[in-house]
Amino acid sequence: MSAAAATAPPAPVGRGGRPPRGATAAGSVWWMTLPALVMFVAFGVVPLIGVFALSLTTWSGFGAITANGLGNWRSVLADPGMYKALGLTFGLMAVSWLVQTPLSILLGTFTAGRQRYRAFLAVLYFLPLLLSAAAISIAYKALLDPNFGLAEGLGLPLLAQNWLGDSTLVLFVVIFVLSWQYVPFHSLIYQGGVRQIPASLYEAAQIDGAGTVRQFFSITLPQLKYTIITSSTLMVVGSLTAFDLIWILTAGGPGTSTRILALDMYLRGFRADQMGPASVIAVIIVLMGLGLALLLQRLGGKDRASSQLEGL
Amino acid sequence: MEITVDQTKTSRRSFLTMVAMAPVAAAAVSSCGTSGPSSSSGGSTGGGGGNATASMWYLSGEPNETIKNENISSWNDANPDQTLDITFFQNDAYKTKLRTAIGAGQAPTLIYGWGGGILASYAEADQVLDLTSWFDENPDVKGRVLESTYGAATVDGKIYALPNENASPIIFYYNRDLFEQVGIEPPATWDDLMAAVQTFNDNDIAPIALGGQSRWTSMMWLEYLYDRVGGPEVFNAIYAGEPDAWSAPGSIQALTMIQELVQAGGFITGFESITADSNADIALMYTGRTAMMLHGSWTYSGMKGDGGDFVPSGSLQWIEFPTVEGGAGDPKNMVGNPAQYMSISTAADAEAQEAAKAYLADPENGIMSDSVIQAYIDSGQVCIATGIDDLIAESEDADFLQFAYGLVQDAPNFQQSWDQALSPATSEELLTNIDQLFSLSITPQQFADNMNQTLGQ
Repeated sequence: MSAAAATAPPAPVGRGGRPPRGATAAGSVWWMTLPALVMFVAFGVVPLIGVFALSLTTWSGFGAITANGLGNWRSVLADPGMYKALGLTFGLMAVSWLVQTPLSILLGTFTAGRQRYRAFLAVLYFLPLLLSAAAISIAYKALLDPNFGLAEGLGLPLLAQNWLGDSTLVLFVVIFVLSWQYVPFHSLIYQGGVRQIPASLYEAAQIDGAGTVRQFFSITLPQLKYTIITSSTLMVVGSLTAFDLIWILTAGGPGTSTRILALDMYLRGFRADQMGPASVIAVIIVLMGLGLALLLQRLGGKDRASSQLEGL
Repeated sequence: MEITVDQTKTSRRSFLTMVAMAPVAAAAVSSCGTSGPSSSSGGSTGGGGGNATASMWYLSGEPNETIKNENISSWNDANPDQTLDITFFQNDAYKTKLRTAIGAGQAPTLIYGWGGGILASYAEADQVLDLTSWFDENPDVKGRVLESTYGAATVDGKIYALPNENASPIIFYYNRDLFEQVGIEPPATWDDLMAAVQTFNDNDIAPIALGGQSRWTSMMWLEYLYDRVGGPEVFNAIYAGEPDAWSAPGSIQALTMIQELVQAGGFITGFESITADSNADIALMYTGRTAMMLHGSWTYSGMKGDGGDFVPSGSLQWIEFPTVEGGAGDPKNMVGNPAQYMSISTAADAEAQEAAKAYLADPENGIMSDSVIQAYIDSGQVCIATGIDDLIAESEDADFLQFAYGLVQDAPNFQQSWDQALSPATSEELLTNIDQLFSLSITPQQFADNMNQTLGQ
């Protein structure tokens, strides 16, 4: 993932003609953005332009590239398969957000406590973070095998379901495994958020007679507002590009039951040898990712620079 | 996913967010290409690099990885001027990597594959050498493997690859002990099969093992049924792209029959969750949980290796695929992969191409040397070399190998696996539809309608 390096943002460049905030007496330091900018252009912007250009062509992955105008766009936008993939992607996004966010907030709040046993449990909770998605998928695939999996190992016939073969059940299995992998990560974010809430807020609440539940809803949750936005942005954009885990677990099957946009793109491009339509989907994913990220930032409100800790 | 971690730092401003989000999406696209030639082992790409003369990519996995490794080292010892460099990849990774490498003009000198539609797409893009005249000059080389295997190497009358290694006919296996237990004979006809399914279900034995999640496993059933019902003509019409070929009467009948088999509980419960990659399907067979299985000849050695006493005791038996009453197909017709295919890249330099040709032709240390053939037979594989009946008869797997080799040799029609024969785009569509057909989420008519749209593309 060479693009990871490119995500380091350029240092803030002033908007609207104001002098850059990074300016010092010795002169502008805009050149310090150069390394990041070069990486970003090389691994972020150039491939994006390439993908957009490819979406206007017919190409099998080798051989000649021929221009095709808007033909790919027309065929992809008229393809019911794409809309099904789009619906699945949003469904997956919504359900996994609904499952992961409450769990992560609760776990994060719980592990933010300084008690020894909580620290011990926190280590256990974060274990899935150490495993790669490929390892997790392969392990779950083996566990879920109806004949030689968990059901056989534990002697519980109830667990011998058609986990990956039933077109409805499989969605929940995918969401479960995704959550199993990512809840620890988001808990970690919330843990940090909770620990930054000043203890004096809780002390004041206690004096006012607020119980634990009331403190959670009146202090912890409001104070976590920006943490929730950050974590949600990661989840939403993450579901758009979720690929490895689902690819190994179901490869989009059964039928097209788990064929989300990212898989649809891969299958069209690298299995069906149709780079043009695959690029169209890639562009759609990029645009949706940008749109959703912006939308979530807006939800944070315009006064986001203002303090949540007034009077402290 | 590690990229997303970096965004926590940047999500303060929407402007910066835009900047930060773009690479995520871009990476989603470009990361698929990172398995490209950059990660190949030193000097193995392009044919001329390193100190080897020519390069070759091959599949990892025993027993063939060891056989090929020994073959290459004996070749290199005997031909220090024309050495080969070999790199091993896993099956699925290999297919993607090879396609990317060919697109980038960095293919290995020797291109290993399965012939059919993919080879045809390479040939049409002028990526592999036309070997027709070379075979004309070297009739010995051409005659060393079974004539029937050249079909999948031929595009528009020109031969683009040397068939080699082993045939992988699809075999109908059954568990002799379970059939004796319920007191019935192995099925000779489709009606027998349906009756056997009923009997086994009544006795709480799962009738047929199937790794349905892998999809090509289900496809093998259709390949045989199409042949038995309507003969090779049905698929030939599809292959030729004739309009509405998928909704021909034979096609609809075969599709309907397979759904009847699914509805009758023919396949083990939860077959859609079982994958062939993990060998969970053949494990069902050698642990005696299912009575029948339609699978590639390569699973014989797997069951022999993992199944303990299952194969040596004679519990595993095999027959030709059942006939269909009133069907047009010859019961001796086979389906499967006729061979593996070795082509030469046009991107390689002349010296590398010469070395590759020498390797393909040499009877002593080359691709189909005597020791290689012997090794294939010893590992229970159906080698496609000609004149090896005696060697097979001496093998400890003689029963199975004689049956399978005989089938390959005598088959009036050897249908190549559909997903190899058809174009990549059509194959992908086909596998998705087969998956839905087997899970009864589409009807035979819907299947035919969906697939008819791919004809002629």
